[in-house]
Amino acid sequence: MEIQEQTRIALAELFPAITTVDAPPVVEGGSQDEAPPRAPGVLVTDFAGCGSHLDVLCRPDQVVDVARIMDGQGFFLEAVSGVDWIDRHQLEVIYDYNRLGGDHCRVMVRTCLPRTEPVVPTISGVFPAADWHERETFDFYGIQFQGHPNPIRILLPEDADFHPLLKDFMP
Amino acid sequence: MTVPIQLRHDETFVLNLGPQHPATHGVLRVKLTMDGEYIVKAEPVLGYVHRMHEKMAEGGTFVQFMPNTARMDYLHALAYNHGYALVVEKAAGIEVPERAEYIRVITVELNRIASHLLWWAAFLLDLGGFTPLLYAFDDREKIIDLLERITGSRLTYSYMRFGGVCNDIDDEFITGTRDFIKRLRGRLPRLYHDLVTHNIILIKRIKDIGFITAEQCRRYGATGPVARGSGINYDIRKNEPYSVYPEFDFDVPVFEECDSMARYMVRLQEIEQSMRIIEQALDKLPDGPIMGKAPKMLKPEAGYYYSAVETARGSLGHRLVCDGGKNPYKLKLRSPTFSNLSLYGEVAEGMLLADALAFMGSLDLVIPEIDR
Repeated sequence: MEIQEQTRIALAELFPAITTVDAPPVVEGGSQDEAPPRAPGVLVTDFAGCGSHLDVLCRPDQVVDVARIMDGQGFFLEAVSGVDWIDRHQLEVIYDYNRLGGDHCRVMVRTCLPRTEPVVPTISGVFPAADWHERETFDFYGIQFQGHPNPIRILLPEDADFHPLLKDFMP
Repeated sequence: MTVPIQLRHDETFVLNLGPQHPATHGVLRVKLTMDGEYIVKAEPVLGYVHRMHEKMAEGGTFVQFMPNTARMDYLHALAYNHGYALVVEKAAGIEVPERAEYIRVITVELNRIASHLLWWAAFLLDLGGFTPLLYAFDDREKIIDLLERITGSRLTYSYMRFGGVCNDIDDEFITGTRDFIKRLRGRLPRLYHDLVTHNIILIKRIKDIGFITAEQCRRYGATGPVARGSGINYDIRKNEPYSVYPEFDFDVPVFEECDSMARYMVRLQEIEQSMRIIEQALDKLPDGPIMGKAPKMLKPEAGYYYSAVETARGSLGHRLVCDGGKNPYKLKLRSPTFSNLSLYGEVAEGMLLADALAFMGSLDLVIPEIDR
């Protein structure tokens, strides 16, 4: 549990005005739209219930700072993925961090982008693992990772002009 | 041996490896920039068997995606079944009876042995040894017959259900499994180790070849036998126990050498550990139902869920996002070999072409799992 507390404190410095709260991330009843939008910050979550120890919501310009902190704490990047919240006109990017052995701690970092102009800085400079995962997220959602060294299609054909995981994509 | 030579970047040529090359085991293409026999740059090109499983997950109900899971890592399909069942059970709050979890562990571990045997066969085939394939397939066939009796399929299983498994195991399966373990225990030292592991040709081909440091594993997110061959003691079955794994006594093989031989030894020792787990599970197998109570139509609460399992190739994660509806709103599949292969370019730089192929084999790639 020590590493979880350390990471929480290190991450909380990015969000000076906000206090961290203990609460389950699951919104009781109703869909995400009805819930009041959450302010950026660190949330301690129930690992047994949802599979992460910390749930971090950050601004798009903070993802590199968060990645540096995670790198400093000895985490590795499991995956980068996107979610299309079409009703909220937002695209969300989820970064999953985990540790290779030692104290166990899983951290989910999320950031929301406007659906019309989804741009977020790349973290492949911190974690080379992000290189392929970000290319995949661009493939599926059209999210631009600014500063990516090789921003080309990875799983879809190189001449593809569509992003299949967008909810309004029609084959 | 990788010779630290001074590469001249002014006289290079591009060599296209794959997508139909036998050493890539499926349709992986690697664009190699060569300086003579040495690799200057290696770029894997993916996507030849991409099927957009994640879109299929969003298009159907939760249970409709279960058959898809087996079609990604077709060598360790039951682990994919298990991983998907666990994340949905976590989201929907479904309890699984103990007997069902024991059966899950027994079948998953049998499948892990089959996967490692096939990797062993194919890896040695890459290196030019044909005979081992016959031994490994002989043993693997026994496992597939056992699993076919219980699950109904030989390769692409859809055996797990949310809340349990679909068929109970019987005495014939239990005796068959015990006989198989006895037989494989007898064959491992002679046919596997004496004939192959201690073979000087194999040692020359894979010892001190393909160094992956522990730090590289962390930066690229490599897990499974690749990380354990680099001295990282990380196995989700131990570090983040799920199912009934805490009830069994087994070791996690870790080798510090960081080369292809270390990864080879990790997998062979994992076969022995899996046999230990199966034996203990058969001894302790509790009576009871094999299916828990699960609603016909699942509607998990809105939220973010993550669940990870250890497959034969590493950490398989499912990131599930629910919006309260009857379909998964988003299901991200974190496949282990996608991350494991991403370090290939960095490690293969400066290697001889023949060594790079041996190194690729030691990563245990399953292409449909990378491309999903």
